[in-house]
Amino acid sequence: MNTGLPILRLGDVLLGGLLSDLDDKTALAFTDELTTRIANEGIRGVVIDISRLEIVDSFVARVLMQLAATGRLLGTRMIVAGMRPAVALTLTELGLQLTGVQTALNAEQAMELLGWRRPEEAPHAS
Amino acid sequence: MLGTDDGQVRAVLARILEEDRATLAREWAGQGDGDGRELLEALRNALGGTLAVSRIAEQDPAVRDALTSLSERRARAGAEPSATAMAILALKRTMLSAIERHTEDSALRYRAALLVNELLDSAGVLTFEVYSAGRERIIREQHSQVLELSTPVVRLWRHVLAVPLIGTLDSARTQVVMNNLLEAIQANEARVAIIDITGVPTVDTAVAQHLLQTVSAVRLMGAECVVSGIRPSIAQTITQLGIDLSHIVTRGSLADALATAMQLLGDGARPGAVTG
Repeated sequence: MNTGLPILRLGDVLLGGLLSDLDDKTALAFTDELTTRIANEGIRGVVIDISRLEIVDSFVARVLMQLAATGRLLGTRMIVAGMRPAVALTLTELGLQLTGVQTALNAEQAMELLGWRRPEEAPHAS
Repeated sequence: MLGTDDGQVRAVLARILEEDRATLAREWAGQGDGDGRELLEALRNALGGTLAVSRIAEQDPAVRDALTSLSERRARAGAEPSATAMAILALKRTMLSAIERHTEDSALRYRAALLVNELLDSAGVLTFEVYSAGRERIIREQHSQVLELSTPVVRLWRHVLAVPLIGTLDSARTQVVMNNLLEAIQANEARVAIIDITGVPTVDTAVAQHLLQTVSAVRLMGAECVVSGIRPSIAQTITQLGIDLSHIVTRGSLADALATAMQLLGDGARPGAVTG
């Protein structure tokens, strides 16, 4: 099934994004597509950008946690990037900590965590 | 109350207020001339109207305004609320003696006295209410000012933010701190946030809970969190209370925390923030 959600491949990293209106079916199909591609294409890292999401409910939180766990089983690091402050606040209030999910401020930093460098400057290297 | 609110008694009282206003105002000592007259005038007009006596203080706009301004003025002058209420009640005595002077009919006196009682009791209560409402407004304003003042987020270094917390950390403040901090993290692309609790006098389970919440919110954003400024006594309390802060990076001083932050930044292969 086509989820309509973009998943880009950059080398051995998959870069996916969740859009603002995420229903249950789409989320599950997205998980499906990602895991298949991780297995088939020898993916080392996955970055999921959620900067467009204004609401992250317990369902989406669980999908993200399961994705991370599945990714780990397949030998992949999964990083959730770009969570909005309001979303972080709500999740904390709900007691959802996204256990086991790695986070980054934005997609760029997530890519850096996976070993990618900006070509002209490497400002965070020692 | 049977028969206190009849037209005859009201007319008598209105007449007393009309004719003896100067005397009443003089006898009702302690009030500035302006207030006294204003209130007496308003009362007279209200008695001439149709509003039930028990509702005059609440609903007659002129009476209400006069009482409100009197109460507010006295409150600003530093008077106790009970003193203001007593001043209104003192008007009772003045009115009663005026009634005595005015009529010999004991039945009429009695009914008039009941009416005065009812009227001025509610007036006294109203001044008290106005006073406490004013106080509460001031408290609310100050509370929000304190909230705004006391939670600055400062940028210590490139990608490093610090929040020096001062005062107790209740849930309302935690909300504000978290909000400011998360917004600042996004705006500055911060990777490490240092929460300095040097200015927090005591850390109990509630405060620790709020700290943990803040830390996990920061981690959700993809930044790392360091808590600094834990004094020896606070460290002891935390241990004695059995609060588990083991998955939070803690440092004694802000300087140590900054050093740790630089280390975290310096790591090319930074392990990243793993939540949970």
